Amino acid sequence: MHKNVTFKNPWLPYLLVLPQMAVTIVFFIWPAAQALKQSFLVEDAFGLSSEFVWFDNFVALFTDPAYYEVMINTALFSIGVTVVTMVVAMLLAVMADGVLRGKRTYQLLLTWPYAVAPAVAGVLWLFLFNPSNGVLALALRTIGYNWNHYLNGEQAMALVITAAAWPRIAYNFIFFLAALQSIPRSLIEAAAIDGAGPARRFFSVMFPLLSPTTFFLVVVNLVYAFFETFGVIHTVTQGGPGTATEILVYKVFKDGFIGLDLGSSAAQSVVLMVIVIGLTAIQFKYIERKVQY
Amino acid sequence: MVERRPLWTFFTHAVLLLGLVVTIFPIYVALVASSHDTTTLIAGVPMTFGTHFFDNYARVILEGTAAPGAAPVGPMLINSAVMALGIAVGKIVISILSAFAVVYFRFPLRMVCFWLIFATLMLPVEVRILPTYEVIADLSMLNTHVGLIVPLIASATATFLFRQFFMTVPNELVEAARIDGAGPLRFFKDVLLPLSRTNMAALFVILFLYGWNQYLWPLLVTTDESMYTIVMGIKRMIAVGDDVVEWNLAMAAAILAMLPPVAVVVIMQRLFVKGLVEVEK
Amino acid sequence: MASITLSNVRKSYGTTHVIHGIDLTVHDGEFVVIVGPSGCGKSTLLRLVAGLEEITEGTVEIGGRVVNHLEPKDRDIAMVFQNYALYPHMSVRQNMAYGLKMRKMSKADIEKRVNWAAGVLQLSDLLDRRPGQLSGGQRQRVAMGRAMVRSPAAFLFDEPLSNLDAKLRVQMRLEIKRLQQELRTTSLYVTHDQVEAMTMADRLVVMNAGVAEQVGTPMEIYERPRTVFVAGFIGSPNMNFLPARLRGGMLELGQGLLVECPNAPAGTDGRDVTLGIRPEHLVVAKQGEPADIQFVVHMVEPLGAETLVHGRFNSVETNVALRLHGTPNVWRDAHLPLRLPPDALHLFDPASGVRLTE
Repeated sequence: MHKNVTFKNPWLPYLLVLPQMAVTIVFFIWPAAQALKQSFLVEDAFGLSSEFVWFDNFVALFTDPAYYEVMINTALFSIGVTVVTMVVAMLLAVMADGVLRGKRTYQLLLTWPYAVAPAVAGVLWLFLFNPSNGVLALALRTIGYNWNHYLNGEQAMALVITAAAWPRIAYNFIFFLAALQSIPRSLIEAAAIDGAGPARRFFSVMFPLLSPTTFFLVVVNLVYAFFETFGVIHTVTQGGPGTATEILVYKVFKDGFIGLDLGSSAAQSVVLMVIVIGLTAIQFKYIERKVQY
Repeated sequence: MVERRPLWTFFTHAVLLLGLVVTIFPIYVALVASSHDTTTLIAGVPMTFGTHFFDNYARVILEGTAAPGAAPVGPMLINSAVMALGIAVGKIVISILSAFAVVYFRFPLRMVCFWLIFATLMLPVEVRILPTYEVIADLSMLNTHVGLIVPLIASATATFLFRQFFMTVPNELVEAARIDGAGPLRFFKDVLLPLSRTNMAALFVILFLYGWNQYLWPLLVTTDESMYTIVMGIKRMIAVGDDVVEWNLAMAAAILAMLPPVAVVVIMQRLFVKGLVEVEK
Repeated sequence: MASITLSNVRKSYGTTHVIHGIDLTVHDGEFVVIVGPSGCGKSTLLRLVAGLEEITEGTVEIGGRVVNHLEPKDRDIAMVFQNYALYPHMSVRQNMAYGLKMRKMSKADIEKRVNWAAGVLQLSDLLDRRPGQLSGGQRQRVAMGRAMVRSPAAFLFDEPLSNLDAKLRVQMRLEIKRLQQELRTTSLYVTHDQVEAMTMADRLVVMNAGVAEQVGTPMEIYERPRTVFVAGFIGSPNMNFLPARLRGGMLELGQGLLVECPNAPAGTDGRDVTLGIRPEHLVVAKQGEPADIQFVVHMVEPLGAETLVHGRFNSVETNVALRLHGTPNVWRDAHLPLRLPPDALHLFDPASGVRLTE
């Protein structure tokens, strides 16, 4: 936790942590506490008075069919993003780890999309699938598939998943490649001597050794899909058509910032907080286990 | 691979090339689109470059688009740069200071500080949108660079990274410094900071990307066009209702929005990978 | 130049007592080595003198001044660490100069002192290198140099040679001793290596479990160890210990095996003792000479200049080692007639481990 060799000074450590503490308390702890408080209150239409209503906001939230729909959307979206990114990234990482020539070049060219903001990725993919002039939308039309994500909710979901997954593949690729490169060469050679071909070697030797990385990536990809993809939804579909691509984070924003339904928005924030805390707990439990290895 | 299998090698490269196509295709289309005029794009995007490349970029940087609220991108780039640099530097500074305090001092509120820092991990902007907005409004920080930067500079991950690194610095260095007559601040400046250089650089790369790519936060705290950052500003260019989207300009803006962070990743590839892997440890 | 005096120094962490009251004076210019097994508190003791740990009880004086509450930098000491603790990002020159710079010495003086130390230590060509570019022995010298440039009242060494390979260790051992003799700086040196301790020390402190078991010159300690622990720790291979009983000027080992013991102290007749005898003091009886005891050989380890022989005394169930000169003609299961010279017999109290013989 700390060094057993330390400096002594009565006030200096406080001075050193002061900036971090100030920012944390003012912009993190205080607002979170406010959200918690707000989630138990109902304000009147003019915002002049508020009433303490216990769990009414939560009850209203969980009895609202629209909220269930949003939860299902969120689940579909997060699982979609996680599966697409990880499958593609693992495939590419295994291939890149295997090649002798051009490894560095592939690595460089496959990692840079990480630098592209989810919101910008959203704009790029929106342009490709724009029903009136998008390159891919038109290509689909020529083979007889009618693409219009402004009308078709499933297509809209597929589009936001693609746009959110695209920059994220790079991130997963980096971690998979690092994990693969840390597998001792001798292990793979031993398997080869035992007569296992590339595919067999992957499933019986490499895949099991990748499992800690895979588990870690599942958790961080879920966190990403839940909380960092607001920009994709906001630029590509604004939750539409209807509420087909509305996810939890987007709904908090919509209800609170646009709809000004403070109580419900606060209750949703609290639900999200519980989700982050859960995911962080899983992540840290996993890291603790990794330390013990 | 362990053995020679020409067919397998071919397959490997084919898969990787396909990956490259998926990676690069959206950018290629965006680049091509940004070289045509708006009317050309209405029917579809040609696959070859047009002649309006420089016109489009000049226009989008200096004038913006016709869409309402779509300001020139030039100032947005500056705002983004200020925000990204401010966040990266701010996070590094306050994190390294608090990590130094937590690792090298024993003081009564140490654990409280540690858990408060830890708590920030669980409170992303997305879960406290409205109340944080209210705090910013109360502090009159809306539409300011300070408002864009300061609320985002608390960082558990950066603090933990420095803490982790400090734990690997041999205790004897502190003792040698004490015998040499260096106090805590001297030790920090003369020994710890120079030793942390690579970590700081790696972290800087990651945090620059983080700051540049913020979307929700600038959306909340800026209403004045002159304070927009480019990543959130693009949205205004395509939100035109029933009018024709000026895709050529929007794509030029998108290219400009991704150019600085992509350049950072490509130029500092090694630091970037190190930073990414270390931060998540 | 100064002496170091420790009076009843104690250290505890909470309820764990690590140092149980040590009294020691290191005279001006003396080289004192603290030796003991790991965990005996020797490094802690050194760190108490350096001021890196706080003293729980007692006083430490350096140069006649009580330094208990002084910061390390104000104690006028320099320390050489086990892992050298060189600042990795500074050149050799900057490493050596750092302490002087902190003391606001003028640039010219710093330059002069660093050059002097570098000259003495043969580091002049390496001054602009970083520690990472040096060999272990060179880093060790830089650590020495950093201590020397300060011309402190005392040098403190914390196992400075234990990270070096065996050959370099022997070389650096000589070099440190030579430097100390030239500079005549009071030195306190901690090691777990008894050979280092014996060869370097003017005086030796043998520590065990937070207690100084014995303080004396290396030869005093070798010849007259005060406790079983000291006897076992100093000397290689270890001293042999056998349970025995005193009976009428004779020592009874095992069943009815009697050995003459003329130096048994008065009033000990009939009591149980622990007999200690060094492997090098057991002598094979020459032809025609009377033997005290028969020895059965179990294993032979020829080392060239000497041979270690492991086995047992006839009818005694304890393993015993002999150290013989050269490569005598000895084989497994051979019986050797041995003599036990009376002045090589050390008697200890079996319960307290304290020496009984004068």
